[in-house]
Amino acid sequence: METPLTAKIRPDGEMIDLAAYERAGGYQAARKAMQMAPQEIIEEVKKSNLRGRGGAGFPTGQKWSFVPLGADAPRPKYLVANGDEMEPGTFKDRVLLEGDPHEVIEGMIIAARAIEAERGYIFLRGEYTDAGQRIGRALHEAKEKGYLGKNIFGSGTDFDLRLHMSGGRYMCGEETGLLNALEGKRANPRAKPPFPQVSGLFGKPTIVQNIETLCNVPHIIEKGAEWFQKLSLTGDGGTKLYGASGKVKKPGCWELPMGTPLRELLEKYAGGMQDGVQFRGLLPGGASTDFLTTEHLDVPMDFTSVAKAGSRLGTGTMIILDDKTCPVGMVHNLEHFFAQESCGWCTPCWSGLHWAEEILWAIETGRGTPADLERLEYICKMTAPGNTFCALAPGAAEPLQSALKYFREDFERHIREKRCPWRDGQ
Amino acid sequence: MSKIFVDKKAYEVNPKQNLLEACLGHGLDLPYFCWHPAMGSVGACRQCAVKVYRDENDTRGRIVMACMTPITENMLVSIQDPEVKDFRAGIIEGLMMSHPHDCPVCDEGGECHLQDMTVMSGHNYRRYEFRKRTFRNQYLGPLLNHEMNRCIQCYRCTRFYNEYAGGKDFGPQVLRNLVYFGRAEDGVLENEFSGNLVEVCPTGVFTDKTLKQHYTRKWDLQMAPTVCAHCALGCNTTAGERYGTLRRIVNRYNSQVNGYFLCDRGRFGYEHVNSARRIRSARARRDGQLADIPKAEALDRFSSFAAAGKMIGIGSPRSSLEANFALRALVGPENFYAGISDAAHRLLGEMLAILRQGPAPASLLQIEHADAALVLGEDVTNVAPRMALTLRQTVRQVWLDKAEKMRIPRWQDHAVRELAQKDHGPLFVASPYATRLDDVATETHRAAPDDIARLGFAVAHILDSASPEVPGLPEPVRAQAERIAKALQEAARPAVVSGVSTGSVAVVRAAADVARALAKAGKPVAFALAMEEMNSLGLAMMEPKPLGEALEAARRGDAQTVVVLENDLYRRAPAETVDALIGAAAHVVVLDSLEGRTTEKAELLLPSTPFAEADGTVVSSEGRAQRFFRVYPPPGDIQDAWRWLADVLGLLTRPEGLSWKNLDDLVEAVARTFPALERIRDAAPRASFRIAGAKIPRQPHRYSGRTSMLANIAVSEPKPPEDPDSALSFTMEGAPVEPPAALQPFFWTGGWNSIQSVNKFQEEIAGPLRGGDAGVRLIEPAAGSAPGYLNTVPAAFTPRSAEWLVVARHHIFGSEELSANAPAIAELSPKPYVALGAEDAASLGAAEGAAVEVKLEGGSARLPLRIESGLPRGVAALPAGLGPLDGITLPIWGRIELTR
Ligand SMILES: Cc1cc2nc3c(=O)[nH]c(=O)nc-3n(C[C@H](O)[C@H](O)[C@H](O)COP(=O)(O)O)c2cc1C
Ligand code: SF4
Ligand code: SF4
Ligand code: SF4
Ligand code: FES
Repeated sequence: METPLTAKIRPDGEMIDLAAYERAGGYQAARKAMQMAPQEIIEEVKKSNLRGRGGAGFPTGQKWSFVPLGADAPRPKYLVANGDEMEPGTFKDRVLLEGDPHEVIEGMIIAARAIEAERGYIFLRGEYTDAGQRIGRALHEAKEKGYLGKNIFGSGTDFDLRLHMSGGRYMCGEETGLLNALEGKRANPRAKPPFPQVSGLFGKPTIVQNIETLCNVPHIIEKGAEWFQKLSLTGDGGTKLYGASGKVKKPGCWELPMGTPLRELLEKYAGGMQDGVQFRGLLPGGASTDFLTTEHLDVPMDFTSVAKAGSRLGTGTMIILDDKTCPVGMVHNLEHFFAQESCGWCTPCWSGLHWAEEILWAIETGRGTPADLERLEYICKMTAPGNTFCALAPGAAEPLQSALKYFREDFERHIREKRCPWRDGQ
Repeated sequence: MSKIFVDKKAYEVNPKQNLLEACLGHGLDLPYFCWHPAMGSVGACRQCAVKVYRDENDTRGRIVMACMTPITENMLVSIQDPEVKDFRAGIIEGLMMSHPHDCPVCDEGGECHLQDMTVMSGHNYRRYEFRKRTFRNQYLGPLLNHEMNRCIQCYRCTRFYNEYAGGKDFGPQVLRNLVYFGRAEDGVLENEFSGNLVEVCPTGVFTDKTLKQHYTRKWDLQMAPTVCAHCALGCNTTAGERYGTLRRIVNRYNSQVNGYFLCDRGRFGYEHVNSARRIRSARARRDGQLADIPKAEALDRFSSFAAAGKMIGIGSPRSSLEANFALRALVGPENFYAGISDAAHRLLGEMLAILRQGPAPASLLQIEHADAALVLGEDVTNVAPRMALTLRQTVRQVWLDKAEKMRIPRWQDHAVRELAQKDHGPLFVASPYATRLDDVATETHRAAPDDIARLGFAVAHILDSASPEVPGLPEPVRAQAERIAKALQEAARPAVVSGVSTGSVAVVRAAADVARALAKAGKPVAFALAMEEMNSLGLAMMEPKPLGEALEAARRGDAQTVVVLENDLYRRAPAETVDALIGAAAHVVVLDSLEGRTTEKAELLLPSTPFAEADGTVVSSEGRAQRFFRVYPPPGDIQDAWRWLADVLGLLTRPEGLSWKNLDDLVEAVARTFPALERIRDAAPRASFRIAGAKIPRQPHRYSGRTSMLANIAVSEPKPPEDPDSALSFTMEGAPVEPPAALQPFFWTGGWNSIQSVNKFQEEIAGPLRGGDAGVRLIEPAAGSAPGYLNTVPAAFTPRSAEWLVVARHHIFGSEELSANAPAIAELSPKPYVALGAEDAASLGAAEGAAVEVKLEGGSARLPLRIESGLPRGVAALPAGLGPLDGITLPIWGRIELTR
């Protein structure tokens, strides 16, 4: 089984430096890309069927093709790597950022060439200080070698790449909120259209791409779209960094073929549930995805199949709920996070999520009423996609609406008994 | 035009508007908060949700925000779909979650957009049962209250204050449901347009602090359409009264003039009307003291002075055409003098002549739409404040145009701003000192007035070599002139702005030459000259003689009686000159509303009306004649100056006096006497105008207490006063029909109690009021006429060794006479000072705040020094219209010495 993204990562947890990276074949793809026309790179990535790993799964090559190319295009153009990774339960970009920073940089060099961007930023979660140091070091190494800066690889084109440590907000990971934050403004999202590809950072054409997405790019260029397609078990190309947290025996992060079934992830890689606890459900791709339960364990973990099962692949890092954990408490914890992270721009989100948090806490502490469940459902309806300005609130509604569906009896029991059965012992 | 279907009904709509604007424009009720007709859409509140359908077979539809949705041909829309109605009610529920529901004690109550939209949405009972979020309020200065608990997080305030008006000391803080709109700490809001927050904020967070001193609900206000009395732009306002005191000013929409916004001087300057220094009865001098006398006696005395002959009249730029005209009629045209300094008179005459030859004076709307601007020597923010807000939008036009080409609609406000970032279209500001527009200027130019004129002439010469060359121009200035000329040349719609700030004829001429060169090149140039007073241009159009000649007449003994119309002459000339004029006259008659230095010298003092109690016509700096109407009948013996003068003419049995029964008769007389003023007849309908046989009520339909408000005096309800001068009545009765714009006493319509009801009175959203905006333009030079160049390039400015050229520096708060009598404005006025550049101050050995002696011809004073790094060498600045030297006309050479 091939694991192109993580193959170079050292087992001792130290970062792989430039020399070692190159010895392992690194930067060959970048050199190759320098001989390719931008359109050729875009075509190859399109053919590979690479879809964004930041959560939305948008086809990457297609996104790049919206960027105006050629002499008439507005300048400078920007490429931004989204390393904000504040999605609860998600830690897969961190693995790449800390373990193989040159892979991120190489992916960006190629992507920048594809869209003819001369400036780039790596927007990093503020708490990722280790990753920050390693990226900083890698940037320095690459610059020294002439892989970044002016006339990179002697190609005649420039690519100035910088690291930006986020001030730290979940909203800074949403691509347009990120752009505002990078410009020094409040991390409120921007309306689309116009899309960042047309008017993005500082009003110029911009591509924002997830770290993992970018790490795929050198391998596609090096080995070709067809090879990449074949890595996957399903239609969505490539491998995927999957992760698991919760009361499993071996929580962790693994690079596996795209479309690996849930059950295999849970039982083979995460080692099954810890002794004495039973599986109840999971959020497949971070906190902002709908719960899946036992009936879904045979779903292949790719964008299309998880969507068919009523959830989203999201970041592919799942949070597992067991029978010793209160689902109401869990959802309250998540909604507390989302309410706190609402940027405060649109009404359904800033008011609805706060209300949801209050209701959930009331239920959890034995003050809930049957009407509260209707209200929670109502809030989910108000925050449905399209009703809010950005995807934060609809994402926040996903675990809530699915918990109300799959764990309704637990909510009702809280209300009936006026207490949390888990907190007070069953 | 495009066709759309809303709830199955077809509508013709403007495809450049968004769906919300299109719906509102057709009178459909669709609630909104964050969208603003002048500020566009940002999609934050989610209140304007509608459903759109793919095609006839789509039965489910999709919820979209109307304000963020462009029009597409034949689009299918529903406002009434139950699901989307429920969504809109849900948004109100969310907004109202922490709202205090304190309408009964809230200053916004009764004219609150949040109330209106809540009722419109159908939301009733709050289901949220947890703790509300609460905030601490801030002290924001004398103009605005701050009550943050009422906030609904619509972001309109910051979009106006920071983005539209360029304010820096305010903004949103924190996030989630805890966004706080305020300053970093308590303190006076710095922006000159902060008062607009009262109307921009759809709730009671920002309310009028001056109104709070004498609070009245909108429904209890008697209101009338009036015109701002505090500069020459002629912003349209609505003034409200109760129990004989003026309570507040709000904006009165005029698409060509002020649009949706006023400046803070215009909004809060009104309190001079309620001043304790109001003159409330006629007074005559007895034993050296002024004492009240009955009206009849006053008229008798006045007419006996008049009968004796040798009477001269001094007019006023803050009086109506009618008042000035009545004075002119009484004293005879040959004895009618301008109540402004001779220098100001010359400058004004020059400006009028220039405008008459063209290019025609531009409306504020035209200036807003310009895509490049040169401000030559004008401190716009402090002289014609509202125009500064306009110029802040002018610099955005280039990017609005670019955005449109990229298919980003102009109304998609943040998308356009994100595209433009900090870049602005060309704006060049030349001024002796820093101005508030410098932050959006492409380049500034600091120089003495003559050098500013030379820069302007140089630009004109580059644009058209037929205009005079400027000899000896330093290379950097020539290069800058090249850049300015290039920017104006490349613009599709350039603007040129100048005015009275520098007091320099040369500067105004240079601006005119630039404008003419652009016009000659076929550009639709927006040309504007800023003036100081409400009727500056109107006074000039009546061709008064210069004030200096009045003094000569007095010296010759030809001015036995001097009649001063609504004017403090001590602001117009040095004290000794005014004293000499008054001293040479046997009788001095003053008509005015406020006590001042000139009224103190009167032998006979007649109480005239401040704007809120007056009717009349004024001509704005745009050459727009506009009628203003009294809000309430003037109390006691107070009456319009023109009526006092007409009464005297009547007693003298002069034909005018006998025929002038009401305002219309005077308007008619003015129109017949001055061909240039002929069209003032059309500024508003005549007093005989009726709708369905009735006058237009100044009192709203919910006016309360009519039968009881005077019951402490008499239990029977008094007959409402008659108003012979206008088609407005002092009652509640009238046809519920929309009056013409000039007579619109307030904006209010069913379900729309707040000022946002103006939507319902426009031809289309943000377009003209139905039936045409108020006012008529008087100055329209013949198309195709190409006026010549003015050919008067001054010599370069050379600093003198022990003297400074003292220029005037205007202050929005303090320089204007009437508003300076409003306590809130007075609080914001600077203390008298003299300013020097850093090098000049150093050469004087004086530090900031040092006491210096300013010695000018006509007066000296000791003043604290203010160091202003931008002032050119050899130039000093004194605040205009305030301080001990306010009568001396600037610029003037003078000495400045360090006090030992
Ligand atoms: C609230 C919110 C938070 C997000 N946070 C992240 C993040 O931390 N990292 C990320 O790559 N994408 C994040 N996204 C998704 C981005 O908006 C964007 O879709 C993504 O960066 C695009 O990259 P991709 O196409 O490579 O996935 C977030 C989206 C939302 C709505
Ligand atoms: S859904 Fe609305 S309030 Fe929430 S984060 Fe997005 S824009 Fe901000
Ligand atoms: S203060 Fe007023 S304008 Fe500002 S966000 Fe709150 S409600 Fe809106
Ligand atoms: S002072 Fe001038 S700018 Fe301000 S509101 Fe009055 S007329 Fe308008
Ligand atoms: S008015 Fe449309 S979202 Fe606020």
